[in-house]
Amino acid sequence: MINDAAFSDPARERRIFAGRLLISVFLVLVTGLVVMARYVDLQITRHKDFATHSDNNRVHVRPTPPSRGLIYDHNGELLADNRPIYILTIVRERSDNLDQLLAAIGRLIDISENDIKRFKKRLKRRKPYEQTPLKYDLTERERGILAVNGYLLDGAEVSARLMRFYPNGELFGHVIGYVGRINERESQTIDSVKYSGTDSIGKTGLEKFYEPQLLGEVGSEHVETNARGRVMRVLDNIDPQPGNNLTLYLDSHLQRVAHKAFKNERGALVAIDVKTGGILAMVSAPGYDPNLFTSGISQRNYDSLLNSPDRPLFDRAIRGQYPPGSTIKPLFGLIGLHSNTITMDYAIDDPGFFVMEGIERPWRDHNSKRGGHGKGVDLAEAIIESCDVFFYKMSIKTGIDLLSNYSEKFGLGQTTGIDLPGERPGIMPSKQWKKGARGQSWFNGDTINTSIGQGFMLATPLQLAVMSARIASRGKMVTPKLVKSINGETLESNKITEPLAINSEHWDYVHKAMKDVVHSTRGTAKGISKGLSYKIAGKTGTAQVISIKAEEEYDSSRIDKSQWDHALFVAFAPAEDPQIAIGLIVENGEHGSSAAAPIARLVIDVYMNSNTASHQTAVAEVIN
Amino acid sequence: MLRNDFVRRMESPGGDKRRSRSLHIDLPLLFILISLCGVGLLVLYSASEQNLFYVKRQALLMLVGFGAMFGVAQFPMRFWERWSFVFYGIGLMSLLAVLFFGVGAKGAQRWLDLGFTRFQPSELMKVAVPMMVSAYLGKRYIPPTFSHVIMVLIITFIPVLLIVRQPDLGTALLIFASGFFVIFLAGLHKRYLLTAFLLALAAIPILWIFVMRDYQKQRVLTLLSPEDDKLGAGWNIIQSTTAIGSGGWSGKGWTLGTQSQLNFLPESHTDFIIAVLAEEFGLIGVMTLCALYALLIGRCMVIALNSQSQFSRLIAGSLSLTFFTYVFVNMSMVSGILPVVGVPLPFISYGGTAIVTLFLGFGILMAISTEPKRIRIDL
Repeated sequence: MINDAAFSDPARERRIFAGRLLISVFLVLVTGLVVMARYVDLQITRHKDFATHSDNNRVHVRPTPPSRGLIYDHNGELLADNRPIYILTIVRERSDNLDQLLAAIGRLIDISENDIKRFKKRLKRRKPYEQTPLKYDLTERERGILAVNGYLLDGAEVSARLMRFYPNGELFGHVIGYVGRINERESQTIDSVKYSGTDSIGKTGLEKFYEPQLLGEVGSEHVETNARGRVMRVLDNIDPQPGNNLTLYLDSHLQRVAHKAFKNERGALVAIDVKTGGILAMVSAPGYDPNLFTSGISQRNYDSLLNSPDRPLFDRAIRGQYPPGSTIKPLFGLIGLHSNTITMDYAIDDPGFFVMEGIERPWRDHNSKRGGHGKGVDLAEAIIESCDVFFYKMSIKTGIDLLSNYSEKFGLGQTTGIDLPGERPGIMPSKQWKKGARGQSWFNGDTINTSIGQGFMLATPLQLAVMSARIASRGKMVTPKLVKSINGETLESNKITEPLAINSEHWDYVHKAMKDVVHSTRGTAKGISKGLSYKIAGKTGTAQVISIKAEEEYDSSRIDKSQWDHALFVAFAPAEDPQIAIGLIVENGEHGSSAAAPIARLVIDVYMNSNTASHQTAVAEVIN
Repeated sequence: MLRNDFVRRMESPGGDKRRSRSLHIDLPLLFILISLCGVGLLVLYSASEQNLFYVKRQALLMLVGFGAMFGVAQFPMRFWERWSFVFYGIGLMSLLAVLFFGVGAKGAQRWLDLGFTRFQPSELMKVAVPMMVSAYLGKRYIPPTFSHVIMVLIITFIPVLLIVRQPDLGTALLIFASGFFVIFLAGLHKRYLLTAFLLALAAIPILWIFVMRDYQKQRVLTLLSPEDDKLGAGWNIIQSTTAIGSGGWSGKGWTLGTQSQLNFLPESHTDFIIAVLAEEFGLIGVMTLCALYALLIGRCMVIALNSQSQFSRLIAGSLSLTFFTYVFVNMSMVSGILPVVGVPLPFISYGGTAIVTLFLGFGILMAISTEPKRIRIDL
């Protein structure tokens, strides 16, 4: 390329340069304006969006869990408490390397493999940015170590939490139940807002039934966090509303005595305030310690509870269904009187067995030596001595329909409506029931079996207690209730409907017969009358676990204890002005008179606050 | 118009001006630089979470920088023209040394460990390459001929390729740009420009497939849709645009930017520092900084226009445009219109070698500005 100005021409060089510089200035201005436009766009046009985004970045709403309502017994003793514990939590999103973080924590404090296993399980079920607990109940030393090394542990945080604590351990395990971590199924049904600060929920017992009242209202806290999720300051907060406190009818002293009275036996006892229907004591033995469940029970502990032959997790008081045996006799006798099937003078001759026309196999009297109760056995005697043949004969006259219909009014064959979840209804058999459940028609033999509380008939200890309370109150249909008041406000008293219209002579008659079960020399429960300063009315019962052939004698020494008869007892006291009614069963206890009645006596004694020497020694004997 | 003003001012004798001339200090340039450094330290204090350690170190480096600038300004342009190939040579040697003995981090090998300090040869090349190209073209007539263009390409591409190998694509592109600015200002013919443009287009897929590493590609992809990977590669750009946008007109106040103070903003005291300024001082702050940059670049261009030799002109023009490129690239990448490349914001970002190199460049500009007049300019 030939250039005219081969030799330096400063002016031309300048001109070329100036031209190019001008182009450059133009380009600089254009690109500069593009950048400026971008900043104007971000800072002015889209400012609001980014301001919001920036606030969302730093300001987080943290739910503050309410403290769960407390549960007190009748006298104000605390049965369910909230105890502050310190837990180590991890927010997955805040940690760059979870395994490294876990390893770092493991070097500082003791973290078991089990902790990590359970943590990883929880990690799968958490919400984003949720604090996932790694270790519960940190010691003061562990908290100190974690606080000092906190800067190394991004994503980990120690926080205080209230944890449910049951001071009485297994004493109220079945009644109060326990809270546990919300599981997947529950998390789909609960209101996630209400539970946003809480990771536990009532699983069984009162904790479950009164969950909405106990929960309280979640509060919130606006906190400013840095990019690592560490809380820098609290901007604003709404206090949570604590849950409502429950006060029960339960008397923890009575409960303790009843619980101890079972010693190593399996069984259940329910004591009811006759006037109000309030549950005074409710025991299912053996019990379990609900505290095991509050922070997640270990598989080993759970297996041992689940696989124990004594089935400690099974609430026998409301879910155990047993043949009521002879405890049903006063009720059936009352029905017989009321329906005019029999009169107070009606008497039979008891040869010790009963033969139905057309049926070869005779019905034996279980409660008497061969030879029977003799001649002239009336209803009173049949109750006092527990004569089966009387009821066999009577039931054929009344028929199953009458027995069944009236029994339901006394709480049998249907749930009682107690404020606990999972109550079972038992079975009060009837023609209709048999058709539906078994697809068979009813035979007279079924009526005869039912007449002594055997056969198809089943009842829970709670139902037996309700039955005896309704007999005691002369037909007042009180509903059993555990909770007396919520936050000091007494619940609207159980609706007392019109008492059953039954002739008071009949009531007197049955009450007297039941009193004589304990207080007459021929009564089956006369063993507990010693030293009583008041009168107890009751009825013993024995329920067969296996069927014994008619011609064979039941002999406990020849069979395994798990097949021994169940011992039952229903009672109320004082007989003249009933205040407390009891239903109880001792599984495989053999005889209501020897195994069950003494427990009832002890509980009633404590309730009546008797000061007799015999009472005190008896109580002391049981408790120690 | 601007030019006439400048001419008039140069003609009017003034005592101070004369003294500053003899000390080789360009007062307007000095004033702007001091202002920028002040703004830089102010923002850095906030960006480093009120950590005086960074501020003190940066201030010390700035002092070293000012010293270096005054030192450089004392040498006449003839000296720089004559010795430019030596500096270029030293730069090349040290780049080669980096290739074999270099140290670095995150898979990149960019530094030479001199025992007492670390030194980044590619920084030196930011001045040495345009100086070498200017020196080469300064002796030749312009516009450059084909063989001159080839020569300039060779001078430019040797260091550029060495730096790409480190790898440091951002710096390599900026150094290439500084060489290109020289030949562009020297009047490179339009057809070369067109060819270069087409070649550049053609090079994009080649770069993408053969040269760029995965993380570099990722940055480009992230720019296109940062929301795809909110917690990963997109995090930086989402947080920086949020910081800028939430600043609004007047900002959240000094040291009160939540994005930067609560660590949402990455690299807040180095490459992303403009986001801190934008968040805390708002658009007003950004505009003020841009005005300072505009004054600085304008002043540099005036110096270039009035310089005494071809060499001076070319290097002054190239340095001004390179400086603008730094500002442009940094502000664009932080605000999400260019992919994230490691380019600091001049005088504001915290960083060792880079700040000293900047001052070296302005030392050259001061030397040009205070050269004795050989001819009177009259256009």
